[in-house]
Amino acid sequence: MISGEARAPGKLKMRAFLLGDAALTAAVPIVLAFVANGILLVALGRDPFTFYSDMFERGLFDWEGFQESIIRSAPLLLIAAGLIVAFRANLWNLGADGQFLLGAALTAGFAPSLLDSLGVWPMLLATMAIAALAGAAWTIIPALLRGRYGVNEIITTLMMSFIGIGVANVLVKGPFKTDIGGVARTDVVPFDERFPLLFGTRIHLGFAIAVVAILAIHVLMTRTSLGLRLRILGANPRAALHAGLNPVRLTLIAFMLSGALIGLSGSVEILGVQGSFRADFNPSYGLLVIPLVFLARLNAIGSLVLVIAFSVIQIGGESAARQAEITTDVLLVLVGMILLFMAVTEYLRTRRGLGMRFVPPEVAERLRPLPGEGAAAPSEPRPAVGAGEVGSR
Amino acid sequence: MAAGTDTQPGSQPAPLCELRGISKAFPGVVANDGIDLTLRAGEVHALLGENGAGKSTLINILSGMYRPDAGEIRFEGRPVAIDAPRAAIDLGIGTVYQHLTLVPTLSVLENLTLGSQGGTGRLDLGAASERFTQLAELLGVDFPPGARAGGLALGQQQQVEIMKALWRQGSRVLILDEPTSMLTPQGYEELRRELRHLTAEGLAVLLITHKLHEALELGDRVTVLRAGRKVGSLSPEDLRGHGEAELSARIVEMMFGEEASELASAVEVEAAPVARKLPRRELGPVALEARGLALDGDVDAVGVREVGLEVRSGEIVGVAGVDGNGQREVAELIAGQRRPRAGEVLLFGENVTRLGVRERERRGLRYLTDDRLGEGTVADLDVAMNAVLKRIGTQPYWRAGAERREEIDRFAQRLVERFNVHTPSVRSRVATLSGGNVQKLILAREFAGEPRVAVFNKPTHGLDVRTAEFVRDQIREAAAGGLAVLMISTEIEELVDLCDRIAVMSRGELTGEVENAPGVEERIGALMVARAGTGR
Repeated sequence: MISGEARAPGKLKMRAFLLGDAALTAAVPIVLAFVANGILLVALGRDPFTFYSDMFERGLFDWEGFQESIIRSAPLLLIAAGLIVAFRANLWNLGADGQFLLGAALTAGFAPSLLDSLGVWPMLLATMAIAALAGAAWTIIPALLRGRYGVNEIITTLMMSFIGIGVANVLVKGPFKTDIGGVARTDVVPFDERFPLLFGTRIHLGFAIAVVAILAIHVLMTRTSLGLRLRILGANPRAALHAGLNPVRLTLIAFMLSGALIGLSGSVEILGVQGSFRADFNPSYGLLVIPLVFLARLNAIGSLVLVIAFSVIQIGGESAARQAEITTDVLLVLVGMILLFMAVTEYLRTRRGLGMRFVPPEVAERLRPLPGEGAAAPSEPRPAVGAGEVGSR
Repeated sequence: MAAGTDTQPGSQPAPLCELRGISKAFPGVVANDGIDLTLRAGEVHALLGENGAGKSTLINILSGMYRPDAGEIRFEGRPVAIDAPRAAIDLGIGTVYQHLTLVPTLSVLENLTLGSQGGTGRLDLGAASERFTQLAELLGVDFPPGARAGGLALGQQQQVEIMKALWRQGSRVLILDEPTSMLTPQGYEELRRELRHLTAEGLAVLLITHKLHEALELGDRVTVLRAGRKVGSLSPEDLRGHGEAELSARIVEMMFGEEASELASAVEVEAAPVARKLPRRELGPVALEARGLALDGDVDAVGVREVGLEVRSGEIVGVAGVDGNGQREVAELIAGQRRPRAGEVLLFGENVTRLGVRERERRGLRYLTDDRLGEGTVADLDVAMNAVLKRIGTQPYWRAGAERREEIDRFAQRLVERFNVHTPSVRSRVATLSGGNVQKLILAREFAGEPRVAVFNKPTHGLDVRTAEFVRDQIREAAAGGLAVLMISTEIEELVDLCDRIAVMSRGELTGEVENAPGVEERIGALMVARAGTGR
C-alpha cells in the first residue's frame, strides 16, 4: 500500500524527530533548573556564574576533582541499578538507605577479622557477598507481604529501612566497636588492603564493579526472559497472571535483586572510600538516586550518564559551596528543581502531543491507504509516559 | 445516489454539528481521511464501519481527545475548535465510551457528580438529586441514586454512563461508542426506547457500531466508514424508502466493496442464521472435565457454585448467558488463573486443579480471555512480544534466558499473516492497534502450537462480520481436527451456529444444558433467566 521510496524518508524524518524530542525533554528541565537555582543564588547574594564555573572547574575539568566525582558515583550507580530492577517491575523499594547501611556496617564489621584470617582478596569477595545477602534479606519481608497479601511496599520498605539503619548502628556501637576513642566505629581497613586502584588513578575497583552491574542490569531488563517477565509484572499484573507468570516469585526476585545490589553498594563505599563505619554515618544516597533514575525514565544507560553528571555536580558543588560560603543544601535545591521542571515539561509535552501532527502533511499524503486495504487505526494511543509515572501506581 | 444526501435540503432539522473534511494521521496510518459528517438535533446518526475504519478516531476528535490534522468543525454554523475534552463538554457534547468508567465502590450519584462540581468544590446535593430525577425520568431508570455502581447490572451501569454524559444542563450531542456490546436483548430494546426519548428532547445522537442491523434499526441516518474514509451514507428517506434486505446489501457493498456481495449470506441480518454446526460425528475421549467447581464471590469476581462440565475431543460445547454471570470466573478456574474453593478440573482424566497456568498450557489447554486490553495484552510491548507472551523463556524464542529477536519476530509474522492482523509491523506497539486487530492477534496466539483443549471467551467480540465468520470457521476446523472447545458467548445465534451442546449459566450456576437442535433458542432463553434447582 505504500511504495518503498515514499516511506523511507518519512520514517527517517520520524525517527530523527522522536530522537530530538527525547533529548530535548531531558535537557530542558536541566537547563531550567540551573537558571532557577541561579536566581536563588543571586537572591542569596552570590554570583551564580562564579558558582557554576567553580562547580564544573572542580567536579569535571580538574583531574583530581573528576576522579573524586567518579569515585562518588560508584555506590550511586549500584543503587541506581538496584532501584531500576524494582521500579521497572512497579515495585517501589524505598528502603535503599537501610539496605545500604546494613551492607556497609556488615562489611566494615567483618572486614578486619576476615582480612587477618583469609587475606585481602577473599576478604573483599566475602564482605561483598555478605553485604549483598544482607541487602537482599532485608527486602524479603516487604516482598512477601506485597506478593502474597498486596501490602503496600512503599510503607513496608520505608519501615524496614528505619529498622535497618538502627540495626547498623547497634552493630557498630556493640559487637563491631573498636577501642579507638571518640565516636563509636569499626576497625579501619588499611588503605592498601581495600579495593585496588584502576590504572594508576585514584579510582577504585568499586567503580568498575558498579559500571558492570548497571550494564548487566540493562541487558537483563531488555534482553532476557526474566527482564521481560519483570516488565510485564510492572506494566500489567493481570496480563502477567494470564500469561502464567508467578507474581509472588517475580516480586521476590525483583526485590531481592534490588536489595542485593544496594547492599553491595554499601560494601563498595566501605571498601573503596571509608575503610571503616562510623556510628551515625548515613549519606542518604538512596533518596538522592531516586530522582535520577526517574529522570532517566528507568533506563539503565540513561541512569549511568545522569548519576555521573550528578556526582560531578555534587563534588564540584561541595567545593563551590565552600568557596561561596553557603550550605551544600543548594545542590539539593538544584536536583529538586530538575525533578520539578521534568514533571512540568512532561505535562506540556503530553498536552502538545494530543494536538501533534505525527507526520508532516506531505508524508501523510503519501501514506494514504488505497481503498480496500483496511488500515489499523490506533484506537487508544496512551499519553506519553513519564511524569504521570512518577506518582502513579 | 447514496452519497451526499447529507446536504439535501428538505424538511429535515437544521444541522447542529458539522464535520467537514476531517483528517487525522498517526505514525504509519491515516485514520481519518477527509470525513464529512452532519449531526442534527432530534436524530440518531449511526456511524458504521468495520474495525479500524476510523470510527474511534472520529469520535475522539469530536470529544476533544485528538486534534484533527485538517478539516473544520462547525457547531450551530459557527466554526469551533474542540481542542480539549473541556471544550467538547462546554459545547454540550457528551460521550459514552465502550468501556465502563464508573467507580464501582461509589454510589450512582457520587459517580455522576465526580468531576462536575462547581468552582468551590462543594457539592450541591439538592441540585444533583434533582438532576438525577430529571434524567432518570427521561431514561426510565429504575434504580435509586444511592445504589452502588458496582452492584448494578451492566445495562444499568451503561444508563449511568449515559446520565453522566448528559449530566451538565444544556447537553446537545450524545456520542455512544458501541453501546450495545454489553447489552442483553432486553437491554437492547431498552436502549432503543431511550434513544427515542432523547431525540424527542431534541438531542443529536451519534451512535457508533459495527453491526449492520443495529445501524439500520437505531439510526435515522447512516454513514459508512471504510479504511478511514466515508464511503457512503443513507438519508432518512433512503432508510424509509427501501426494504431492509436491499439496504443491508447496499451497506455491505459500501463496507467491503463490490466483491463482498457474495459475502452477504454471512451478514447477520440476512434471514435466520443458517446453522452450520459440524455434522454428527464420532467424538473423542473426555478432554476437559470440571466437577463441582465453586468460588466465593468478592469485589472482582462473581461467585460460582456447583459447575460441572464435560467436553470431548472434537466437541464444541457452548456456554450461554448474560455477561457477568460467572462465565469468566469458570473460564479462569479452568485456565488455572484462580483457585476454586471446591471442585476439580481434569484434563484428559488427569486432575490439574493444583497446577498453574503454564503447566495446564503445556498439557494443551488454551484460554482466550474476553478482556483483550486489560489482561490479554501488554499495551506497551510490541506485537511480537505479545505474540509470545505465553511462551516467555521457552525454546526457540529464548535460549538460556537470552532473547532471540529473529525467532520471536518470525513467529509473530506467521501469526499476523495467518489471521490477517493489520499492523505496520510486528515491532509496532500493541497500543497502536485497533481493538479488532488486537483480538485477531490474541486469537492467533491461542491457535498457535498444538492446542488440545480450548476455552474461548467471546472470541468474536468486537469483530466485524467477515472476521467473525473467519474466526468461527477456524474454530469449526480445529474441532473437526480434534480440538475440545468450550465456547463462552453472549450471542445465542453464534452458539447455535457452532456448538454441539449448549450449557446455560445464570448467577454463577449452570441452569441447564441442551442439545443443539432446531428451536433451541427458546429453551436457552428460558434457562438464562431460570435459577438452578439447588436453591439458596
